[in-house]
Amino acid sequence: MEQNVALELRNVTKTFGSVVANKNVSLQVHKGEILSILGENGSGKTTLMNMVSGIYFPDSGQIFADGEEVVIASPKDAFNYKIGMIHQHFKLVDVFSAAENIVLGLEDEKGFNMPKYIEKIKEITEQYGFELDPHKKIYEMSVSEKQTVEIIKVLFRGADILILDEPTAVLTPQETVKLFAVLRNMRDSGKAIIIITHKLHEVLSLSDNVAVLRKGEYIGTVKTAETNETELTEMMVGKKISLNIERSEVVNPADRLIAEGLTIENHDGIKVLDDVSFTARSGEILGIAGIAGSGQRELLEAIAGLQHLDSGSIIYHNPKTGEEENLRDKTPMEIRSMGVRLAFVPEDRLGMGLVGNMDIVDNMMLRSYKKGNSMFLQRKAPKSLAEEIIEKLEVVTPSSATPVRRLSGGNVQKVLVGREIASAPTVLMAAYPVRGLDINSSYTIYNLLNEQKKNGVAVIFVGEDLDVLIELCDRIMVIGSGKVTGVVDGRHTTKEEIGILMTKTDKEEAES
Amino acid sequence: MKKKCDNLFWSALGHIVKRDDIVWWKAWIIRVLAVLLALVVCGVVTIFLTDLNPIEVYVTMIKGAVGSKRLTWNLLQNTAILLCVSLAVTPAFKMKFWNIGAEGQVLVGGLATAACMIYLGEKLPPALLIPVMLIVSIISGAIWAFVPAYFKTRYNSNETLFTLMMNYVAIQIVAFFTLEWSMPKGSGTPRPLEFGQLPTIFGQKYLINILIVALITVIVYIYLKYSKQGYEISVVGESENTARYIGINVKKVVLRTMLISGAICGITGFLLVAGTDHSLKSDTAGGRGFTAIMVSWLAKFNPVFMVLTSLLIVFLQKGASKISEVYRLNSSFSDIITGIIIFFIIGSEFFINYKIKFNKKGENV
Amino acid sequence: MIATIIQRAVMQGTPLLFGSTGEILTEKSGHLNLGIPGIMYVGAISGVAGAFLYEHGVAEINPFLAVLIPLICSLIGSILMGLIYCFLTVTLRANQNVTGLALTTFGIGIGNFFGGSLIKLVNSDVPSIALSKTSTAFKTQLPFADNLGWFGDIFLSYGFLVYVAIIVALVSSFILNKTRVGLHLRAVGENPGTADAAGINVTKYKYLATCIGSAIAGLGGLYYVMDYANGVWSNNGFGDRGWLSIALVIFSVWRPSISIIGSILFGFLYVIPTYIPGISVSSKKLFEMLPYVVTIIVLIITSMRNKKENQPPAALGLPYFREER
Repeated sequence: MEQNVALELRNVTKTFGSVVANKNVSLQVHKGEILSILGENGSGKTTLMNMVSGIYFPDSGQIFADGEEVVIASPKDAFNYKIGMIHQHFKLVDVFSAAENIVLGLEDEKGFNMPKYIEKIKEITEQYGFELDPHKKIYEMSVSEKQTVEIIKVLFRGADILILDEPTAVLTPQETVKLFAVLRNMRDSGKAIIIITHKLHEVLSLSDNVAVLRKGEYIGTVKTAETNETELTEMMVGKKISLNIERSEVVNPADRLIAEGLTIENHDGIKVLDDVSFTARSGEILGIAGIAGSGQRELLEAIAGLQHLDSGSIIYHNPKTGEEENLRDKTPMEIRSMGVRLAFVPEDRLGMGLVGNMDIVDNMMLRSYKKGNSMFLQRKAPKSLAEEIIEKLEVVTPSSATPVRRLSGGNVQKVLVGREIASAPTVLMAAYPVRGLDINSSYTIYNLLNEQKKNGVAVIFVGEDLDVLIELCDRIMVIGSGKVTGVVDGRHTTKEEIGILMTKTDKEEAES
Repeated sequence: MKKKCDNLFWSALGHIVKRDDIVWWKAWIIRVLAVLLALVVCGVVTIFLTDLNPIEVYVTMIKGAVGSKRLTWNLLQNTAILLCVSLAVTPAFKMKFWNIGAEGQVLVGGLATAACMIYLGEKLPPALLIPVMLIVSIISGAIWAFVPAYFKTRYNSNETLFTLMMNYVAIQIVAFFTLEWSMPKGSGTPRPLEFGQLPTIFGQKYLINILIVALITVIVYIYLKYSKQGYEISVVGESENTARYIGINVKKVVLRTMLISGAICGITGFLLVAGTDHSLKSDTAGGRGFTAIMVSWLAKFNPVFMVLTSLLIVFLQKGASKISEVYRLNSSFSDIITGIIIFFIIGSEFFINYKIKFNKKGENV
Repeated sequence: MIATIIQRAVMQGTPLLFGSTGEILTEKSGHLNLGIPGIMYVGAISGVAGAFLYEHGVAEINPFLAVLIPLICSLIGSILMGLIYCFLTVTLRANQNVTGLALTTFGIGIGNFFGGSLIKLVNSDVPSIALSKTSTAFKTQLPFADNLGWFGDIFLSYGFLVYVAIIVALVSSFILNKTRVGLHLRAVGENPGTADAAGINVTKYKYLATCIGSAIAGLGGLYYVMDYANGVWSNNGFGDRGWLSIALVIFSVWRPSISIIGSILFGFLYVIPTYIPGISVSSKKLFEMLPYVVTIIVLIITSMRNKKENQPPAALGLPYFREER
């Protein structure tokens, strides 16, 4: 048995600055085995595998390939040890055919012989049961075909150990079934396969063993046959940690924003939002939980007027006039001119919410520069607002004339959130507002959100840390693959309950 | 995480690190050093070609640029025109729209002016003729800029290539009319344009041009820095995603800004034909449409710095052509000098934006 | 008559073909090199300088050396220009458009300066640069071409550089589409990040493609002065052929093989007014406008049809720096 070990990690540790991404992780994968690495967002799965594929270099620990200790300093080294990784973001040239992408960068002493390469590609596709036309251009392909190209690229180079990072995140259930069949074929022919995932049912249906990571730490490896969903969820989410986030009672909730049947289809025909309905109430924080990329971004952008909806309606109840307005397919400017006070803290702070090269004052103006009939800007009000935010939220900056890109992550977020709540919104949407922030800044943000809630604002909070969601939110809507899988009461739910809901839809569809 | 960059050249020396921030005066020291270094190189080149004492060469240069009252006015007038084109392309560049079609936009402006001077010259009094010329030239320049902008926003055509091609369409059209209008017809001698010349004020022929450009400089500066539209241009140029997020109509901003860009080019054509040359030729714009791109870029799209950079370039050109005149060399000498100086200045930006960390012995990078 | 028109169109088109093949290779690496017009001037004047010194330095010229010396001088001059461009845009990360335009100013300056001052600089006593002997060597054609009537006129009546231009275009086309180097080069221009991840040395490819492209473009200048203009240098004689070459790149949708036809078509548009009876001098100018108008139409149509294969390289004009990982 031990001789069959394809890859082994011993006590691997990796830190980025003060953040420990992986701490003393040890695991093994054998030839002819599928190993799942299971963990929540940010548990260090991808970092770990990036060390195996030569993108990062471990701070300490050992890696063994085929029984021998190896040093993997670059992706090229990884290939030499027959390790290939398929990343979440594909690296393909759009105008090239599948075959051209597969052989790109290869050095072949026998010369460049496309027909021969195509034959070899065909052999690989037949051997494992892929469906791929080597002549098809990448830009004509669906996501799943592109993924096939990436996998064949790795096999073409002779990889015996394949690492797939969240391979099903972008696939439809049918495509997932096909992928799994191919992966099983590869296992049966003796390849070692590692898939990084956070979807429990995939782990259970596909893998032989499961290694669980939690917040960078290795929790343990269990045989799939001897475990079940509950045990894995417990291992994955761990014990509840108390954060002592303040949560006030909800006072006089009123329906503020009613979303009905929101559906968005992307270019590949995959429904990124599928019949999503919910109600956001005033004076309440509605949490949205879900695996990253389950449609959270599209949902918020659709409400903010940045995404076209294929169907559904977004009804806003104006507290001042008592009127109802449909926000569907309105531009941000139109929404504002309708008197809807909607604030949105997007996930991409410097790329969307703020302009990195502009100073704090000019960033304050983003929302308000149009005010007034003059053709000139009024910098007085934004300047005093900037100074007020700097003082109130303790933004560390040389002055209000400093470009925001020079501020630290926490201070950038304070500037952005500060600006968004300055417009006295009635609805406040925040996507991952504490991601990457230190503890103090995080609590500043929680307090700000709570303050808004007390002022009667309907707050929508998209988060990834279940402990935070459970302590901060009044209600939590869980979405999986673009569908609402459940709404739970923040005061009475558990991490396990949410964890299971997060992966629910996929499971049902895979079974049906 | 260390920011690292591998590069054929730099990896031999060390690695380069982006500077987040550089004190403004340090940046300017680097730029001034680059210009000085460039002047040294130019000096060496000149001595090599002319066998002359370098001091003498530079004295000749200065004399050539500001040696007499006439030369000084000439310098200022040329600076004004170059500055005007630079101001024109700047709003588009700030928006990251590579308008390299200023040459053509200036020319059609000049063409429109000349057409008015020829066909309306005798019919309208100057007080009416000049405003008509101005308006028509503005419209022509704006149309010439609008066409590529329209196809960019509508079909995402490559604006750099499109505007570049538009230049040569304009040049040939102007060449056609120059011949059509020449006296005698087809001779190639441009027809002198008598009616509608800009007035001489305070006894200075070029003063009105200079004053108009000064006014445009102030307006463009204020427009970019203090107007709502200027703010929109900055947001679109910095991040289209942010523009979308706050609801700016990006296409509208692109079209509007290119109209402005073309309009100012049109005015430049008007100034050249009605204010300076009093004639029209296919080289009336004289490559300024291209030089302006460098002027604007070197000044970091700041209209005030542009006054300096355009003065620098014109000064060099005038000085260098004096050298070639005195030493009976070809007048293209000034283009060589200009080229070298620009190479050094654009090269110096690297040292403003990046630091090189040299490999220390024994350190493994 | 038709044979003469075709012949003249080919001769007009050859500098453009060199220029556009060079620029296509360059653009395939993601470099929009607007310095091509300057590079073509430098290619021309370097060859002229080499030929001038050789012709006036020896009593009896050897036809082989008379070709080889200007050729090598031209290549060196153009490659140096390409190196300046690469050093500034790749190594010093300067803006491509600004660098290219400065290079054009510089190159045209060099061409016209030395063209006008070469005689004085070398203290020669000839009245003007007329390299008739070198030109004769460049224009040597197959001995039996004259005996073949129209066939000889259309296909065999040119100096060797015309055939070189066509061969270079065909070879470039082959390399781009059928070889590993071409695949890698196209990947660099389309998506340098992916190319880099695949282990391709992006910097090396950019330098090589740009310098080789410059060398090829420079030959266009050399052909113009030595063959087309009979060895007589006149300032600005080369005109806007450099820009026309860039237009031809767009016209031929980045395919050197189409450039061959395109260059003859452009050349045809250039010479045709001469053969239209009663056409005025001024109308000729409108004919000279046609290649640009046609190019704009091609540009519009390709962007309207939005077919991926006919678009400029996706990373054209964009800088690529691997900052971190």
